[in-house]
Amino acid sequence: MRYLPLTPADRAAMLARIGADDIDALFADVPATALLAGPVAGLAPHASEMAVERHMARLAGQNLTAGAVPFFLGAGAYRHHIPASVDHLIQRGEFLTAYTPYQPEIAQGTLQVLFEFQTQVARLFGTDIANASMYDGSTACWEAIAMAGRVTRRKKAVLAAGLHPHYVSTAQTMARFTGDAILAATPLLAADAGDAATIAAIDGETAAVVVQYPDILGRIPDLAAIAEAAHARGALLVAVVTEPVALGLIEAPGHLGADIVVGEGQSLGVGLNFGGPYLGLFGARAKFVRQMPGRLCGETVDAEGKRAFVLTLSTREQHIRREKATSNICTNAGLCALAFSIHMSLLGGEGLARLAALNHARARATAEALAAIPGVEVVNDAYVHEFAVRLPTEARSAVRAMADRGVLGGVALGRLYPGAAGLENGLVVAASELTSDEDIAALVAAIKGVIA
Amino acid sequence: MNAPNASGWKPHMGTAEAATAATASGDRALNLEEALIFELAGPGGCGVDMEAPALPPVAGLERFLRQAPAALPGLSEPEVVRHYTRLSRQNYAIDLGPFPLGSCTMKHNPRLNEKVARLPGFADIHPLQPKHTVPGALEAIAQLADWLIALTGMAAVAMTPKAGAHGELCGLLCIRAALDARGENREVVLVPESAHGTNPATAAFAGFRVENIPATADGRVDLAALTARLGPDIAGVMITNPNTCGLFERDMKAISDAVHGVGGFVYCDGANFNAIVGKVRPGDLGVDAMHINLHKTFSTPHGGGGPGSGPVVLSAALAPFAPLPFAQRGADGAVHLIEEEEAPADHPASFGRMAAFHGQMGMFTRALAYILSHGADGLRQVAEDAVLNANYVLRSLEDVLDAPFAAAGPCMHEALFSDNGLPEGFSTLDIAKGLIDEGFHPMTVYFPLVVHGAMLVEPTETESKAGLDRFIASLRSLATRARAGDETLQSAPHFAPRRRVDETLAARKPRLVWQADAA
Amino acid sequence: MTRYFTADHEWIELDGAHATVGITDYAQEALGDITFVELPDAGRALAKGDSVAVVESVKAASDVYAPLAGTVTEVNGALEDEPELVNTSAELEGWLWRMDVAEGADLAALMDEAAYKAHIAGL
Repeated sequence: MRYLPLTPADRAAMLARIGADDIDALFADVPATALLAGPVAGLAPHASEMAVERHMARLAGQNLTAGAVPFFLGAGAYRHHIPASVDHLIQRGEFLTAYTPYQPEIAQGTLQVLFEFQTQVARLFGTDIANASMYDGSTACWEAIAMAGRVTRRKKAVLAAGLHPHYVSTAQTMARFTGDAILAATPLLAADAGDAATIAAIDGETAAVVVQYPDILGRIPDLAAIAEAAHARGALLVAVVTEPVALGLIEAPGHLGADIVVGEGQSLGVGLNFGGPYLGLFGARAKFVRQMPGRLCGETVDAEGKRAFVLTLSTREQHIRREKATSNICTNAGLCALAFSIHMSLLGGEGLARLAALNHARARATAEALAAIPGVEVVNDAYVHEFAVRLPTEARSAVRAMADRGVLGGVALGRLYPGAAGLENGLVVAASELTSDEDIAALVAAIKGVIA
Repeated sequence: MNAPNASGWKPHMGTAEAATAATASGDRALNLEEALIFELAGPGGCGVDMEAPALPPVAGLERFLRQAPAALPGLSEPEVVRHYTRLSRQNYAIDLGPFPLGSCTMKHNPRLNEKVARLPGFADIHPLQPKHTVPGALEAIAQLADWLIALTGMAAVAMTPKAGAHGELCGLLCIRAALDARGENREVVLVPESAHGTNPATAAFAGFRVENIPATADGRVDLAALTARLGPDIAGVMITNPNTCGLFERDMKAISDAVHGVGGFVYCDGANFNAIVGKVRPGDLGVDAMHINLHKTFSTPHGGGGPGSGPVVLSAALAPFAPLPFAQRGADGAVHLIEEEEAPADHPASFGRMAAFHGQMGMFTRALAYILSHGADGLRQVAEDAVLNANYVLRSLEDVLDAPFAAAGPCMHEALFSDNGLPEGFSTLDIAKGLIDEGFHPMTVYFPLVVHGAMLVEPTETESKAGLDRFIASLRSLATRARAGDETLQSAPHFAPRRRVDETLAARKPRLVWQADAA
Repeated sequence: MTRYFTADHEWIELDGAHATVGITDYAQEALGDITFVELPDAGRALAKGDSVAVVESVKAASDVYAPLAGTVTEVNGALEDEPELVNTSAELEGWLWRMDVAEGADLAALMDEAAYKAHIAGL
């Protein structure tokens, strides 16, 4: 078996050295009733690399891939061109097969990457500091709510209506067990992002006001106004960024008063991957550092005075604080953070600005083409890469019909908010630098076809 | 304060001379220093070519536009490739040599896994595409689920947790949900003192109070003490099996029966599943929920700290409460992915959603390729070779390193040593740092806390005998040097890219981002 | 002024109904380099045995318990920038908090210096 180096001669020699008659002597502590006599029944035996590859390729071949068709899905996961060098670099064995950098002397590669990553995220978000990543945007969002609770010693979170419904659902699930109160609302299919309603819901018991930026319909909330309202009541503003590329064009939440900024980093470097693994981004004000969850990489020196990096402030974490930890989280999204960081190192701030402008231009071209279809209305006044459209017919069946015609035409709001009144005809459409004029023409033709 | 610093670990940097570079560059042949990207280039620049936007921003966007680009450098491809390649060479990795971290299962990461995960049919599909456009993805998830259920002898599996600790949370929340459904408000979860820190952290998050279960002298859960504590306020126990001392909990079935007898549940931390995969099914031992670390037992790469994946196998009693989305194979073999919309009809007792989308698909495909490659017979061989390798290490070193449980019987997939017998002034830390100079990653140190100066060695099954012999020889040499009072150990490592680092400074004066004016 | 000790390595210096509390030199030695001290808010009410402060080193976080019941009046602000004072001067400049001791507070469990020295000799 190709992954098992021991030969029968090795095994015999080792058993002799140990002084055991056979391998089951080493399983002597397992009760006889629990020790299986042979391989688990009903499961296939080992297979060659060739056979496994064939099996997996057959499964993969059954799926309609984003690159094969005109593609307009967003709603929390975005498709971009990832430069070829990113995937090569993350497959270097020294990155791919390294562990968490708990022995800093032989992990400066990983540690320096994390320090650079933290700096990039903090600069992008406009926060003082950022951590070494979390599982994904939705769990980072919940962790931010929990952190705001620790900082303010309050137990209520106001979620703006434009927060991704999966993020809302995750927060509601967790809050069920912590006893936090979560105020959530379903968005309206309208140009107004609902800031007034968000602000009206803040009171003296609110720990966090959570606002997605741009929101689930691509609208852009007025973070500065919401921050002011939150701070006036002693609450923290948590901004949620599901598409970091958007920050190449619109102001960073940290510069608009956000106290904590979280997000989903998959659009840079990571890819769609059917929903995971993704990359949670987490930034905050420096004064809150001891309440932050997740790993943190810090700068120090070694015994010879050379600059070195090391995981630090570990006393927040579960392996030390145990039941009093800021979170039970153990892993970060290491390799995804590396991919993000490499992609950002190639883009830089200027490249990100250009990329965002290009994404917006493609979205604008798409929106204008759709707006020209009789019966179709573009809802947003403002958007970066993604906007909402009102079709004259029910959107979920339209999306399915378009898929059958070979166009992945967006995400129906009915898929995100099943049964919600007033959203049945809503469709969220995303574009990126990959969106071609042919793609737009195909989308227009497909929509015309399915609404006829 | 109670037992200040139970682990006994204290920073000890040792003495070293200030670095004097023999070269103008500061590099020494293939030992290369590397600056931060922010030092390589100022803000501005870009290594990605793209066309200019053909349209300006829409009017509604004007007031939101940022004033200036983020102050981050963009480097050319040659500079970026060089930067990260040079950094990678400062890392130890499984691809370089043994990584004997106890309870981490640092086995070889097969490259076939990387190839199949990157097939566009898996990598280039969006989680919100209409489900009928991705039947192969759903089938892949279901096949992995089927294998995990069969290997563990359980009833169902929750696939969505994003990592082991997230899986622990999933398991505990299933237990909370089950108790809530019964209308019972049980407050206490029992956790062995030797447990990994995530266990009590997770239990506390799930709203339980944690109480410790003591261990017997032979390193296992004290069944009598446990049974004496059981009562109607016990929600359950969290047991690691094999435990963090590398020993099989012989009384596991009796523990489960006793806990079930008072209406509680049994959570099993599956971090050490590599010792028993294909040989023992946790379901046969009365487990109600167990997370599986795909990045441990099932070879998905550790990637410098993640991503992981932590599916949770569940008993029939807990399956109804599994989180959404829940993947279920129908009687006709078709795969249903139950989300919020279908839940009221198909999975009404779910405790809710734990994260966006469907789980760590990229790790599912890698783990499935690994499982198909080994098959049922190969997985059984994995456990046998893992246990064989660990016992070989134990018996080869027990004469020079104290092994607290070695006299009582075999270990499972990891061998535990302590600092008992090391001379005054020499610690487990020194042995670990000495191993670095020998060309190995250190074993897990100062865990579990129940053994002073613990050294937990898990070779895994992917180490050859020759590789083990080299590792054993190095560890023997270090133990011998310590007993001889070789003080150079106290300032090891000497040959790594960095000497011991000042962790105290890092914690007292945290510097977490690069500053332009940094001295 | 009299100084007492607890079996858990706190010291308490009593001056009538007021007291100053810190951790002992033995405790700081066991902890190693102290990196951070989490102190209570002034005004907090304490029961004997409550976890009041947390002393952190690089890889440990140790609770400091209230030796007596009372109310926190002041905390040692110098520790915010110089937590290392607890290492260099645990029993003097590294004091943690001052408190008003509750009436009728139970001194029975406290040790004098000799008893504490005997206690740590036996550890």
